[in-house]
Amino acid sequence: MQLHEQIREFILANLVVFDDDVDFTNDDNIFELGFVNSLFAMKLVTFIESEFRLTIESDEMEISNFNTINNIVNFIQSKSVYK
Amino acid sequence: MKITSPHSILEEVRQFIDEEIRPYAADFEKQQALPRELIKKMGNKRYLAASFSEQYGGLQLHPLEYGSMVEEIGKGALSAAMLLTVTTGLVGETLIRWGTEYQKEQYVLPIARGEKIGAFALTEPGVGSGAKDVQTSYEKVGDKYRITGRKKWISFGEIADFFIVIASDSSGNGISAFIVDCEQEGVRVQKIQGLLSCAASQLADIELTNVEVGSERLIGKERMGFTGVANFALDQGRFNVAWMGVGLAQEALEVMVTYARKRTQSGEKIFNFQLIKGIIGDATTNVHAARSLCKEAARMRADNHPDAIVQTTMAKYFSSVVANKVASDAVQVLGANGCCNLYPVERLFREAKVLEIIEGSSQIQQQIIAMHAANRHYQPKRVTGL
Repeated sequence: MQLHEQIREFILANLVVFDDDVDFTNDDNIFELGFVNSLFAMKLVTFIESEFRLTIESDEMEISNFNTINNIVNFIQSKSVYK
Repeated sequence: MKITSPHSILEEVRQFIDEEIRPYAADFEKQQALPRELIKKMGNKRYLAASFSEQYGGLQLHPLEYGSMVEEIGKGALSAAMLLTVTTGLVGETLIRWGTEYQKEQYVLPIARGEKIGAFALTEPGVGSGAKDVQTSYEKVGDKYRITGRKKWISFGEIADFFIVIASDSSGNGISAFIVDCEQEGVRVQKIQGLLSCAASQLADIELTNVEVGSERLIGKERMGFTGVANFALDQGRFNVAWMGVGLAQEALEVMVTYARKRTQSGEKIFNFQLIKGIIGDATTNVHAARSLCKEAARMRADNHPDAIVQTTMAKYFSSVVANKVASDAVQVLGANGCCNLYPVERLFREAKVLEIIEGSSQIQQQIIAMHAANRHYQPKRVTGL
């Protein structure tokens, strides 16, 4: 599965809005749109660390790394094992 | 992470509890404090760092083993287990996850040695479950942060050497977490009196007036205080509280069963009455179910599973409800004796209620679980025509 799709699937499985037609682009800010909440952020950190065998450091905990699908993918790819 | 010695540490812990904790549980509450000597002994045995890796002076227990240890200590005295929940879970684990090397050296290692106690200062007089609305604020002044506000219901706040303080940016842009030492200028600590139970958890009201901390005391990045630090810490706390609930329920169950087998009424041991058997059957099943949820949460945490957070929430919710039910039933089985402090169930009954309130009330847990269910159990094709 493509990285973008994998991340999208994870977000869709953890939405806090329950509209069957919810739609967002890879550049939409999922936090600002209210699609996910702060608990999701923790789940996302755990998901990225376990799925991609990465460790997210304290200084990488910037919302800008995790607020869009493209930013999440870029962040994962920026980590050494995915370079 | 593997369990290398599933029984050795628990056997040692049980012996320690039998000698140092259970016989004095009621006294701790009367004195409204855990003896400093007991805390020192727990530190020397590295119980206060049981979940930490060896690198941070810990016993590096698997979450299953650590949870069982919290259960055992919770059986002995809830306030002693509360110390692990606060200083080991909420504070120590959070600093290990998000703290700098300086913070780990200055605060985590002393926790592991039993030299320092940390407390977690999130709750405020008007802010409990809605933690995002904290009124304690900070502003950046030069290269320092200046914090002002009031925290309330802070477990072990009375004796903590330092606090993790959650505060909001004065411009409202986000929440950050700081380490504040208890002896700093502008920190005022006042013990809270008149508690229903768990007085030995030494709850305090913390007033912060223009308390200055340097950037070396900021935990993680600025504005990750709620999303990163507070949520992570509460998840640690809930895992501990879940196991504390199992411990308290197990203790109540053991007293209930023992009493029912010994107590004679109308020439018959009361255990032989079918209605008493019904109570004991339900209590046994519920304690087993609560422990099973805790064990599953522990396994998922060890695997770093993204749903471990929700599993932990379910374990905390269920086990704290079960603790209340079993403690209440134990009082019922003991009758008038259950309402008297000559028997431990009177204390267990009062202590159980606290578990449904701390680290997120039962209602908050239900909300988190329901949101999870709304995604996981939604089958739109099975229900149509609406």
